[in-house]
Amino acid sequence: MSLLLPQPEGIPAPRPSSRGQAYWEGCRAHRLLYQRCSACSFRGLGAFSVCAECHATSPEWEESTGTGSLYSWTVVWRPPDPSFRVPYAPAVVRLDEGFWMMSAIIGCEPAALHDGLRLGVEFHRASDDITLPYFRPT
Amino acid sequence: MTRQSSHPFADVAIVGVHNTVQARVLPEHDSTSIALAGALGALADAGIAPRDVDGVVGADCAQIALELGLGPCTRRPTQMGIPAVLDAAALITTGQCSVVLVAAGGAAVHVDRSATAPWTRPANELVVGYGLFTAAEFALMARRHMLTYGTTPEQMATAAAVIRTNGHANSEAVYFGRGPFSPADVLASRMIADPFHLLDCATTSEGGCALVLTTAGRAGECDAPVWILGGASDAFGPAYVVAPVWDFQPRADSFPAGLVGARAARIAFAMAGLSVGDVDVAELYDPFSFEIIRQLEAFGFCSPGEGGPFVEDGNIGPGAQLPVTTDGGTMSFSHPGINAQQLQRVIRATQQVRGSCASNQVEGAEVALCSNGGSGALFCDVLLLGPERP
Repeated sequence: MSLLLPQPEGIPAPRPSSRGQAYWEGCRAHRLLYQRCSACSFRGLGAFSVCAECHATSPEWEESTGTGSLYSWTVVWRPPDPSFRVPYAPAVVRLDEGFWMMSAIIGCEPAALHDGLRLGVEFHRASDDITLPYFRPT
Repeated sequence: MTRQSSHPFADVAIVGVHNTVQARVLPEHDSTSIALAGALGALADAGIAPRDVDGVVGADCAQIALELGLGPCTRRPTQMGIPAVLDAAALITTGQCSVVLVAAGGAAVHVDRSATAPWTRPANELVVGYGLFTAAEFALMARRHMLTYGTTPEQMATAAAVIRTNGHANSEAVYFGRGPFSPADVLASRMIADPFHLLDCATTSEGGCALVLTTAGRAGECDAPVWILGGASDAFGPAYVVAPVWDFQPRADSFPAGLVGARAARIAFAMAGLSVGDVDVAELYDPFSFEIIRQLEAFGFCSPGEGGPFVEDGNIGPGAQLPVTTDGGTMSFSHPGINAQQLQRVIRATQQVRGSCASNQVEGAEVALCSNGGSGALFCDVLLLGPERP
């Protein structure tokens, strides 16, 4: 049995960029925020200042429902840094609002992962400053 | 009479290449010293004196210019292999330089062996907390291909076994004599990032390499000049910053990120006036076994989804329809950091069209394709080389 779990505190934690501040503040408050172009509703792969679709410069932060589907995943047994507990399952999640994000799956066995698996967000502390969004099968 | 050619690289040739000794560790070296050893070797291969160099291209170009006493000279701090070679060629064809050195090396960089090599684990904010590194990033692309086309671990393992067996036969490879390998050997190795087993992945090592370009006129004084028939680069964004999404497609009328390199290949072939059927050998960049299958599809050697069967049916080994990564690549030959390891594809392609490979020489190779990068990194470069001036 190798139940997928959130990582313990002490892993290499993200250092928020200036444009990522709002995202990480949202995570600390257990809210999943994403940016959407106020002109054309484009959603990117991360925070942006110019819309990659219509090139408007007025992105706004929205709160996601935190539900989506599994798009792709891997199960890691040899971590890049020894502080990670294996196995873990980095994954690309397709949120129901229509954007992709990087995360990891928790709360199931690796064998339960499949294309389109329905998921919900769950937040876990990685350090004093960083709370990471993970996804659990619903 | 001036020779007339409309080809953009008709007036520049590759005239020297060199790989230093490659090894798991080179304790007497750092990255600059081993790049300089590569530079001197490539200049010796070209029969050109170091002081004749008036341009240096590569991430470490300024330091190399300093240590070789080349100032004042032109510098281009271009990363990676193929973009560096294309920039070097442009410095020649635009008359800014007459002899350009492209040099790279890696040593004394991967010192914490409890972690993966530093260049495989960039600490970007949206990926670092999920334990991503290059194997996981590429695995996320491979998984989408498996889901879409039914590509199998056995097909990927076949690509790895072929390339590792090429390295087994290459006395200059770090893992010379360590095979041969079967797909079953690859599948039996421990899992790293599913679907990649240890032997599906690049190794890490240390080493240097370099390449010298000069004008067509001066190339006439050199042995076996090699010519750039075509080259181009594709990128969708920075590597390892955002989720690697196969279907990410900013341009509705072009290719998705999973096919990065498809546009570059089409540009390179058009520049060369060639098609995939003209390629005699493909020195594909091989960070992970799946990337061979993907590049065969992206570059047009196979239709989408047919890369796995193409590999499994025995089409990429020595003597087959399309010999691939004939020196053992990053899996077995060497993987000494992002710059040298990508330049080494160009060096091997040069050796193939020169007919100078000590192992796995493709007899009469007239067109060699080489590549850099890959889907998990959101960039891919393509270069076509040949022994005849375009």
